[in-house]
Amino acid sequence: MKFEEFVCFKATIAHLQATDRDGAIAELVSALVTADQIAAESAKDVTKAVTKRENEASTGMGKGVAVPHVKHSTVKQVVAAVGHSSTGIDFASLDEQPVYSVILLISPLDNPDKHLQAMENIFRHLQKERFRKFLRQCREPDALQDLLREADENPSW
Amino acid sequence: MQMGERVLEKLVCETTVEIRNADGLHMRPAMQFVDLAGRFASDITVSNDETHADAKSIMQMTMLAAGRGTRLRIRAEGSDAEEAINALRELVETHLFGEPPPAGKD
Repeated sequence: MKFEEFVCFKATIAHLQATDRDGAIAELVSALVTADQIAAESAKDVTKAVTKRENEASTGMGKGVAVPHVKHSTVKQVVAAVGHSSTGIDFASLDEQPVYSVILLISPLDNPDKHLQAMENIFRHLQKERFRKFLRQCREPDALQDLLREADENPSW
Repeated sequence: MQMGERVLEKLVCETTVEIRNADGLHMRPAMQFVDLAGRFASDITVSNDETHADAKSIMQMTMLAAGRGTRLRIRAEGSDAEEAINALRELVETHLFGEPPPAGKD
């Protein structure tokens, strides 16, 4: 599953205003509302669900990246928002380091395999130091979009 | 290296397991798997047809994208290989990672 198939390019935030985990999650959820990916009335509930999931176990996988996620009935397809923080956010990551890139993933209730495929794609690319470095350097939504499209087109990149 | 010397006993154990919980090997089960694998000294790898993952790396385990019904090959090499394989198989197939099976089945 390619980035293009689930990342909402209208919901990319080059400069997250929030400096804390829950604020960053709320900001990315709002971006998905603005991009018409989730219903405005669901925003609060989605934010709460993601935060709750994050409290159970951090999705801060180390190396400056976190992938908060949850299944929610408000979406019919897997959708992701991507945010960048220049100050770094405490996500209680495995390596105890701040997070600079946040990928928020919301999956429908009834399609676990699509969720797994989106995660596979995210982590396949995040494994690569070069990808993480470029992701962290993206200062404009356009640059982020270019990066993800390039990653889609060159699987071995 | 001297032949016949048994200073370091290297055992190799392999098995195939089937993912049986409804949501498959998503992040939480993958973390349980990685935690359990980490308790053993053996080197452990998990593979599907395309990907080989280090069982002690959450990033690599997530890359298996193993949905329900997927069969995974687990290979352990080291002094506690057999114990590792048995414990991991139990987590996947007996305990289903503490998650429910697909709806409508026991």
